[in-house]
Amino acid sequence: MWDLCTHSLETGKIRGASYADVRVMHLRQRDLTTKNGHVGTLAQSESIGLGIRVLANGAWGFASTDRLTREGVAACAAQAVSIAKASALAKREDVKMAPENAYVDSWQSPFRKDPFEIPLETQLELLLAADAEMRRVKGVTLTETDMQFRKIDSWFASSIGSRIHQRKVITGCGIVATSFQGDEIQKRSYPNSFGGQHALQGYELVESLDLLKHAPVIAEEAVALHSAEQCPQKTGTLILGGSQLGLQIHESVGHPIELDRVLGQEANFAGTSFLTLDQLNKLRYASDIVNVVADARLDHGQGLGTFAYDDEGVPAQCTDIIKAGQFRGYLSNRETAHLVGLDRSSGTMRTESWNRLPIIRMTNVSLLPGTWSFDDLIADTDDGILMETNRSWSIDDRRYQFQFSTEIGWEIKGGKRGRMLKNPSYSGITTEFWNSCDAICEREHWTLWGTPNCGKGQPMQTMGTGHGASPSRFRNVRIGAAFSKQ
Amino acid sequence: MSAARTSRVAAVSNEQLRPEREVRSIVDTVLRLAKSIGVAETEVHVDESISALTRFANNAIHQNVAEHTVNVSVRTSVDQRTARATTNRTDEDSLRAAIEASLSLAHSQPKDPNLLPMPGKQRYRGVNRFVKQTAALTPEDRARAVRRACDLAVKKGQTAAGILSSAQSQTAMGNSRGLFASYRDTHAVFSITMQEGGAASWAKKNAANVTDIDPQRLAQRASEKAHRATEARELAPGRYTVILEPAAVLDLVGFLFYDFAATALQDKRSCFNERMGKQVMGKNISIEDDVYHPLQLGAPYDGEGIPRQRVLLVDKGVPKNLVYSRASAKVAKKKPTGHGFMLPNEYGEAPMNLVFSGGKASLEEMVASTERGLLVTRLWYIREVDPYEKIMTGMTRDGLFLVEKGRVASAVRNFRFNQSILEMLRNVEMQGPAVRATGEEAFEMVVPAMKIRDFHFSEVTKF
Repeated sequence: MWDLCTHSLETGKIRGASYADVRVMHLRQRDLTTKNGHVGTLAQSESIGLGIRVLANGAWGFASTDRLTREGVAACAAQAVSIAKASALAKREDVKMAPENAYVDSWQSPFRKDPFEIPLETQLELLLAADAEMRRVKGVTLTETDMQFRKIDSWFASSIGSRIHQRKVITGCGIVATSFQGDEIQKRSYPNSFGGQHALQGYELVESLDLLKHAPVIAEEAVALHSAEQCPQKTGTLILGGSQLGLQIHESVGHPIELDRVLGQEANFAGTSFLTLDQLNKLRYASDIVNVVADARLDHGQGLGTFAYDDEGVPAQCTDIIKAGQFRGYLSNRETAHLVGLDRSSGTMRTESWNRLPIIRMTNVSLLPGTWSFDDLIADTDDGILMETNRSWSIDDRRYQFQFSTEIGWEIKGGKRGRMLKNPSYSGITTEFWNSCDAICEREHWTLWGTPNCGKGQPMQTMGTGHGASPSRFRNVRIGAAFSKQ
Repeated sequence: MSAARTSRVAAVSNEQLRPEREVRSIVDTVLRLAKSIGVAETEVHVDESISALTRFANNAIHQNVAEHTVNVSVRTSVDQRTARATTNRTDEDSLRAAIEASLSLAHSQPKDPNLLPMPGKQRYRGVNRFVKQTAALTPEDRARAVRRACDLAVKKGQTAAGILSSAQSQTAMGNSRGLFASYRDTHAVFSITMQEGGAASWAKKNAANVTDIDPQRLAQRASEKAHRATEARELAPGRYTVILEPAAVLDLVGFLFYDFAATALQDKRSCFNERMGKQVMGKNISIEDDVYHPLQLGAPYDGEGIPRQRVLLVDKGVPKNLVYSRASAKVAKKKPTGHGFMLPNEYGEAPMNLVFSGGKASLEEMVASTERGLLVTRLWYIREVDPYEKIMTGMTRDGLFLVEKGRVASAVRNFRFNQSILEMLRNVEMQGPAVRATGEEAFEMVVPAMKIRDFHFSEVTKF
């Protein structure tokens, strides 16, 4: 692979590139699903190719190819330079890049059990057993389970001399029970909705989930939701479960801190950000107990945003985003770092595949643990609603106004968890919401949740991001607006 | 390396798809290799795509990419078991490995007594959606068009962002029972956002023929609306008469598409469960799925190679018919309509070429007839809140205007909506002619602009 990387870089240089970086990537994926006791999807795929990004005449060009021959990668490099020169026809100024060291390294994400080595029969047997456990509950009308495994090898080389090989193993798994009765469809998911939990782990993640124990619980809850009370419409106290808070972080902290959005580069598609450059180190983003970091290092955990180097050859870092409530940092790359006074990229350039350009992405954007035990948090809440497991999410294109709904809610009265509530939702303005946070649970309740389906860029790229969170409490939140009629 | 591949290398700036005979040769190779190792039934899909996309922001190109991809996807079926394996390598060893991977997956599962044998040879209606001008678009062509749009922005004191893309693709499929089908098309997109101060507006078009797209006209339109969108005033949330431009209609009604799948009803997750044959929309709403419509794109066959049929889904507000794969058709004792996804899958099928009947009113007539309402350019981040009532939430974006006494009066701060699509389609007062609309939430469909009463906005944002 290194020979192909070197040859494409040399070709780029000969054709006029002042800088180039190249990624050969080999992606393997296995998808298993069941539905109502039968195997649904059973598929495996692999893809290998090369993508090269070049700077020529002060502008960017990118081309990719699946022809991994010297001729193929040379043609691809020449095409990238040709595209860069066309880009220069409509440039405003030359691209400038923050300096970075050259690295020669090899890294593999840790895992105990290679999911591709586990017999398929074992994997399907577990999913079908969980499926059967859910179908045992009367009133369940649809059961679904899934596992997804990915193994990604990437060989990165750049014209400044880096040669970095990384191998990542990613596992995802989840189950869902749905119940249709009367004029309602209710569902419950475990351990999270929209595909379950996903992490930079091996098959040990699946084994840790104990699907068979949780399957009947969520099935019973899905049916019970039909006879639960409707979530009230009011302004009040909200406690969010960890997985829902993970998505709240993703949408209302992770996206607004992406510098490409801030600088208008996503204005036509993903949107911009309310976090204009003048807000850095000035904005009171959140209450003073809130600390958020973007941490791609293994020390933070095995999340979907964990790696050793980003796809621009920059080492993984931990960046303060919100410190004691103050807004402290953005996600940057080598091209944008200098615009926020940094002399180095924060290492967040990531690509979905060999045929996609790396773009600024969340890594693991996490809310650091607080000091509360979950039991104490409930006991300390006189009147509130606990909401768990995302059902829908939406936020405006500058990331101010959001609305989330969850699969299930629980009334909290007099410090105790009371009756079940259906169709819970809450909404608000990002900074007002985060400033209303008055309690965050401790590390024992903290999980690094995986969001496997973050879409951004054109052509669209799907990326996995990590979000550590523990249950937390927010005051004076608007609750129930999603089902309001006026 | 074959001669054909060598010639593809030489033409780096104007790549071409493989000749159909070469694609067919890949299909035949897979079928031959599978037969040689005793596979009972084999299906193969070959998909090739050449695409390029020029992206601009802050009045300059900032990303500019090109790709050429080929994927070969093999499904084997043995002893009532089936599975799929996909590779992007086309040499014989890789194709053989894909067959073996598919077989290995298939053998690992329990028998499925409902698995159908693969279909035999079919007859297809021809469609021609490959336009040479689109395939021939160069990076320089794209850069020049983008430059003109950016120059307009600079002249108007605005900031432009957007894309201009072009693509050519072909797909072919065959199976061991003699079925063979192929299709190729081209596709171009121009999308632009013009920003002025804190305001923005947007215009987008896509077509098979790049000459049907006038980037400068779209840039001009976005520019004028962005200027009108400055100094937005805040209105109270509530129920308003709205005039949704086609892109806004598309991105909402697009969320209905899977509800018309027979499998969705069999799984009891469609909003049409218990509602088929009932008046759930207004009598002025009729919807069909028609891949042969002149404004539609897409192959005239489904994932199993069954010819797509035109299906009347909603007739004068009454859901009448569903679409069926072979499997869901067997369960329902109906005939397949050619809308199945590639097997194996758990979703079954869906209509991918929705066409609304529309009306005759122009956008100007809708505005002129409105005493007080809101004109909506585009909707954003739409998600399902209630799957049975089909309540969707989302935001307005890039140009929301107050209409008073038949005229566009002022710009308005963006709203969040929580609105049932079914209720909305009962409240349609006027419709424009159905056009090929494009947004960001749903795939392209043929839908009209609509004037709708009592559209529910629940909250307002800060811009």
